[in-house]
Amino acid sequence: MTHSLTHSQASDTFNKDESRVDWHDESLWFIRQKRDKAAFAIPEWEELRESASQIKENVLANMDTYLLEFEQKAQKNGIHVHWATDAAEHNTLVLEIMQKHNFKKIVKSKSMLTEECHLNPFLEKNGIEVIDTDLGERIVQLRNEPPSHIVLPAIHLKKQDVGDTFHEYLGTEKGASDPQYLTEAARQHLRGKFIAADLAITGVNFAIAETGGFVVCTNEGNADMGAHLAKVHIACMGFEKIIPKIENLGIFLRLLARSATGQPITTYSSHFQKPRAGQEMHIIIVDNGRSTQLGRADFRNSLKCIRCGACMNTCPVYRRSGGHSYHNAVAGPIGIILAPNLDMKQNNDLPFASTLCGSCTNVCPVKINIHEQIWKWRQIVTQEGYAGFEKTQGIKLMNTVLSKPKVYRFVGKMGREIMRFAPFAVNNSLNKWFKNREMPDAPKESFREWYMKQKM
Amino acid sequence: MKIGLFIPCYIDQFYPKVGIATLELLEKLGVQVHYPLSQTCCGQPMANSGFAHLTKGCDDNFIQNFGSFGTQHFDYVVSPSGSCVLHIKEHLGGNPLHSDAYPEQVTSLKNKVFELCEFLTDILKVENLNAHFPHRVGFHNSCHGQRMLGLSSMSEKVGETFSKPLSLLGQVNGLTLADLSRKDECCGFGGTFCVTEEAVSVKMGKDRIADHLSKNVDFITGGDMSCLMHLEGILKRQKSTVKIIHIAEILNSK
Amino acid sequence: MTKMTSREQILAKIRVNKPSEKVVLPTNLDWENTAFDDNIQRSASQRFAEVLKSIGGEAIEAADFDFIKKEIDTIHYHHVINLLPNLEIQGKDIREISDAHDLASVDLAIIEGKMGVAENGAIWLDESCFGGHRVLPFITQHLIIVLKKENIVSNMHKAYKRIQSDLFSIGFGLFLAGPSKTADIEQSLVIGAHGARSLRVYLV
Repeated sequence: MTHSLTHSQASDTFNKDESRVDWHDESLWFIRQKRDKAAFAIPEWEELRESASQIKENVLANMDTYLLEFEQKAQKNGIHVHWATDAAEHNTLVLEIMQKHNFKKIVKSKSMLTEECHLNPFLEKNGIEVIDTDLGERIVQLRNEPPSHIVLPAIHLKKQDVGDTFHEYLGTEKGASDPQYLTEAARQHLRGKFIAADLAITGVNFAIAETGGFVVCTNEGNADMGAHLAKVHIACMGFEKIIPKIENLGIFLRLLARSATGQPITTYSSHFQKPRAGQEMHIIIVDNGRSTQLGRADFRNSLKCIRCGACMNTCPVYRRSGGHSYHNAVAGPIGIILAPNLDMKQNNDLPFASTLCGSCTNVCPVKINIHEQIWKWRQIVTQEGYAGFEKTQGIKLMNTVLSKPKVYRFVGKMGREIMRFAPFAVNNSLNKWFKNREMPDAPKESFREWYMKQKM
Repeated sequence: MKIGLFIPCYIDQFYPKVGIATLELLEKLGVQVHYPLSQTCCGQPMANSGFAHLTKGCDDNFIQNFGSFGTQHFDYVVSPSGSCVLHIKEHLGGNPLHSDAYPEQVTSLKNKVFELCEFLTDILKVENLNAHFPHRVGFHNSCHGQRMLGLSSMSEKVGETFSKPLSLLGQVNGLTLADLSRKDECCGFGGTFCVTEEAVSVKMGKDRIADHLSKNVDFITGGDMSCLMHLEGILKRQKSTVKIIHIAEILNSK
Repeated sequence: MTKMTSREQILAKIRVNKPSEKVVLPTNLDWENTAFDDNIQRSASQRFAEVLKSIGGEAIEAADFDFIKKEIDTIHYHHVINLLPNLEIQGKDIREISDAHDLASVDLAIIEGKMGVAENGAIWLDESCFGGHRVLPFITQHLIIVLKKENIVSNMHKAYKRIQSDLFSIGFGLFLAGPSKTADIEQSLVIGAHGARSLRVYLV
């Protein structure tokens, strides 16, 4: 693995500061509660989810047709359409557009795709300034960290952390940590960047086949500030962002922000159809493993995801391990089911970073069966040989014991005897259960032994 | 009515009193209870660890114990564990790659296996338990029973509020139910998760317990002994006086 | 054999891998008066005003343009752009601005909204609302939108029904709901991230 820590190891470190874990958990739980309030105010919420799910299922089955329709309409609207099979090709396409114009400065609004493709380091290596303009993303960019959440990139940071970073890079007063003050400083700093930028990159929330247009949602207005000022606008989209019709947007925009933050809608839901006069507009349609995922019957519907982040906010494990512990651009439950498709060797620990509690599946606005897919990834990861020798032997032994009644009864009795008469044999540092938990009392007789005496 | 009593392995070994309470409760309600002696484990620990392809032995053993063979026949199979019942419902017969000697038995078992609470409310339609438990109790919703078997409504889903286990606890004289601030958050047990992700598992357990403690409960109860075993481990380490108790024991209390 | 383009490769792989079962698109999109979280009957414009307030904006009922003019006259901004011909407010003529970057100094923009949505307080604006510069409602420090009450619909399904045909011809349009905001620092809501710091809507 190129990342240094597995999810479990990183979580262990994260949990060293318990009050900070509590704070992280409460922050995200608060958002989950806002989501509940927004959802419960809509009597047809579950019907909306079902409809959204159907639309996305329809998209999966007609992906090629819709993409072609979209391409044709977009080109007719004067948008340049590019296709990239992988991250490297996507990044090169962006660089080529920059080089063609001899541009040096990019402002970028939130796009998890460009995170996935590691676009920033690639462009920086090629002498281009890329500024993330979403406040949270700018904060983590200045700190040279990846975002820890797809909607709330800096949710792992306290205002004092942000204050320190801004003091260092933006010259705010030392020790100042008032969010209002820090946000104002970022506004001034980034206004300069918007004005100076040659090119703007945005993500795409929805691309509409029947019009060739696309929708970008933000609260800050950064996507629009960038796109409407820059000479060239590039919108980068994973191909699964396509939807067939305008009317579908009614459903998705009702679900998206309510699921994400509990807002009734994001402040700005911008519908880009054609470049403005004198502007050049590009769309890069990216595969990067998506077509492979489309071929995995058990996992293809992970491509229905609209990146609301609700599964992360509700996940009791995410809330107590932090986004960085997932060592993947997309963290949390949805990250668990997307990451092994991208790189199973790197990400085979992730399907085990879950209790399979199922809360993610319940909040998902497009009804992805997330917890079931986590369970299924465990089977694949294991069968591909990533379980490790020790674990495999352990499970095989367990299976031998549990599938043979006589062996099971013998071992069970032995185990209980050991626990009763030699507790030090189990209560030691090798037993992870015992580290923070007592073992259950071992009873003299099992239920079966009692039953034999009482009932036979 | 004749039922097969399915006692999960960890209840058999560590919490026989839960099995006893379940058996007594069902008999009290007029059910003919039979405990097949060669049962072991449903295979869930292996399957949830990614080794579903190895669980054929457990599956076959389960089917031989609870299926219909010769004179052996059960109208229902009942178990005091939502999690194990879920495993039978969803994963019995394992991975399609495995040849299966008893395909009809599998389908029939999946339809007649019930978690204890839902068996009481949906099949026996119990309305008066005659139980007495004069204590302050916090109920822990175990995820598999709640979200996957649908034993109660879920905080994430927009719809009517209901709970099969709470409707049963409501019939217990003297019992006061605590109103938790997070009604259905996972306790962090999660099978092998409890050791492979020890730090998060324990933190989740501690947080669940803190919610119950803040409501001054005497007991924490629930439908899954595995979750409760995890919470008990933490409570004991904290030297807390709060006890854990399986819902079957409360429903069977006099 | 010639090498396939990336486009051909992606499309070919999608064709091989896509599911064969076809799910039909939902057709019933006609939910009525939704998102009204209590039983009090309200007009769509009352609901719109309530929701707008909850997301940091402000809605004011205006009897006529004179009322709006009197109100705006009490606030003194240096650089104002007014795009409503019937509203007599002194300001800069946007037709004199050729480079959108020059709008960076705009303190207040007054524009007309096309449609409001009661369930979420959003206002539909399209290219005809910006005086030739798409960036106007974002770059201005403060924004005032004049909206006809009769143009408020109950929910997003009805909204899209109304703008459906426009979306085939316009270059750009958006739903704008409240002032620019962020909660990226410790989940503290701060109004005025990159876009307008305030939004006032006059309902006429």
